[in-house]
Amino acid sequence: MGQFLIRRLFDAVPTVLLVLTLVFVAMRILPGDPALAALGDNALPEQLAAFREQFGLNKPLWRQYVDFLAGVLTFDLGRSLLHNQPVVSLLAHALPFTVELTIVATFIGVAIGVPLGVLAATHRNRLPDSGVRLFSLVGYAVPDFYLGALLLIVFSLNLGLFPISGGGVGFWDRMYHIMLPAITLAFLKAAFIGKLTRTSLLEVFGKDYVRTARAKGAREGRVIYRHALRNALLPLTTGLGISLLATLSGSVAVELVFNRPGVGTLLIGAISERDYAVIQGGIIVFALLVVFVNLLIDLLYIAVDPRLRVQA
Amino acid sequence: MTLAADHTELIAPEPSRLVILRQVLLDRPSTMAAVALIGVFVLIATFAPLLAPYDPLAQSYIKINRVPSAEHWLGTDQFGRDVLSRMIFGSRNSLIIGVLAPLLAAIIGTTLGVVAGFFGGVVDRIISRLVDLLISFPELLLAIIIAAALGGGFWNIVIVLAAAFVPNFARVARAQTMAVRAEPFVEAAVASGVTTWRIILRHIVPNIAAPIVVLMTLWTASAIRLEASLSFLGLGTQAPQPSWGNIIRDGLNNLFGSPWPVIGAGLAITSVVLAFNLLGDTIRDVLDPETSS
Repeated sequence: MGQFLIRRLFDAVPTVLLVLTLVFVAMRILPGDPALAALGDNALPEQLAAFREQFGLNKPLWRQYVDFLAGVLTFDLGRSLLHNQPVVSLLAHALPFTVELTIVATFIGVAIGVPLGVLAATHRNRLPDSGVRLFSLVGYAVPDFYLGALLLIVFSLNLGLFPISGGGVGFWDRMYHIMLPAITLAFLKAAFIGKLTRTSLLEVFGKDYVRTARAKGAREGRVIYRHALRNALLPLTTGLGISLLATLSGSVAVELVFNRPGVGTLLIGAISERDYAVIQGGIIVFALLVVFVNLLIDLLYIAVDPRLRVQA
Repeated sequence: MTLAADHTELIAPEPSRLVILRQVLLDRPSTMAAVALIGVFVLIATFAPLLAPYDPLAQSYIKINRVPSAEHWLGTDQFGRDVLSRMIFGSRNSLIIGVLAPLLAAIIGTTLGVVAGFFGGVVDRIISRLVDLLISFPELLLAIIIAAALGGGFWNIVIVLAAAFVPNFARVARAQTMAVRAEPFVEAAVASGVTTWRIILRHIVPNIAAPIVVLMTLWTASAIRLEASLSFLGLGTQAPQPSWGNIIRDGLNNLFGSPWPVIGAGLAITSVVLAFNLLGDTIRDVLDPETSS
């Protein structure tokens, strides 16, 4: 396991390098002069020159690339023009809000989705199954920011049960602030996980070992959760990975709806204000989070499927 | 069921699919309803100037934040613009981008996938490595990253979404091409000296078309949802041009004024995406039964 982890981490190095290179290229193909784009048409020539100097835009491209990589390695991503703060400290402040939202949303989504899938699979083609099918159809179609806005209108504005904006201070206040955004993201996740659980369970229900478990007189709950669901976990793990990434990207819009001070809000604000260094930093954080989640899923596979442990 | 499957293999594939499609549509009232709903939205988008009761851009400071009434069915926004008219014109953006982006992605992605799958070697390795990397990114995140670099506007959204979808098409096209390439009829064509491009265009592409078409219909729903998301984030359709996403964006900044723009536009996005999802599932079941769940 330890050996596998180390090898997998090494495998991730070229991926991270490629991701950083793509970010570098993407930031440099900005149409027009980035200095002009950032400072606006009314900028003085001295200001433009100072901007180019600050971001090293007058150096040769290869030098900019090396500086960029060195900057990422030393956690130096430049300064925000808007906030007049190092980008890294802005990101360090925002990241926990995004991460905790993703974790809580995933937890709620799985806690609702898996039982729903079990319910649908054990009542195939009956009312609960149709209900779950309808739920997942709607869950696939409703945009997360719309659902978030509806929850905000009903529970915060009209009923006054939840805060309208912000991320909260201290654990309980943060959990209080996180509830509506997390439920928003969890709704879509539950729809996806529920459908997936149903499909994988139905596939496993036909297997010999499930029949054997039933034949030897195991209780139905034990058959479902110990024999069937345990074996349906592998496709579920893949699904969990996909849905974790979906939650991560969905968090951008949901953070904006609930005005949470996360990385998404920071990035979108930076894009509209053309805060060059923050855009770059935000993109890097999201890209690295994606690589990290994929790594996490690979490890989860091994935890879930003992056969992979031997191969690893 | 097995009898029906055997039967379909005996007759020519093209007409049989249409027959199956008609049968499936009759079998699934939900898909019929979805097709009808899509038809209604296409009509609304086509005849938007005739249907919209007001100019979607016309502001009026004497009637801001009106609640729904006979005069303004969905009320007015913080600039006094008629919300229903904005939604009617907004449907154009959603539908056109929903069709254009997957189409463009299919053309580029299929080209990349076929080239990688047919020629193999270094070309394949480079394309596959890039596709593997890009596919590990959620489409929305990829779209946000590209949009951050390119900026908003109609054609930029199409390019952004197409670029975010390309890896999926490339992967499927590559796998299918490699499968078809091993078929005896391709070998026969190679042996009889048919040119490479003719083999690709006449023998490979027609045989991998079904899964690509399925993918296109499935991504239409995603394209509509993503366009709305990008416009909501301020990276898509730019104000004052209306799109369902930026109607929600404007509405969210004015929730105390009137919640109706948010509720109306969101309902439109949800129902259209739902309809395209249902239609896509049905088309997949007909054209590509192996991958359906």
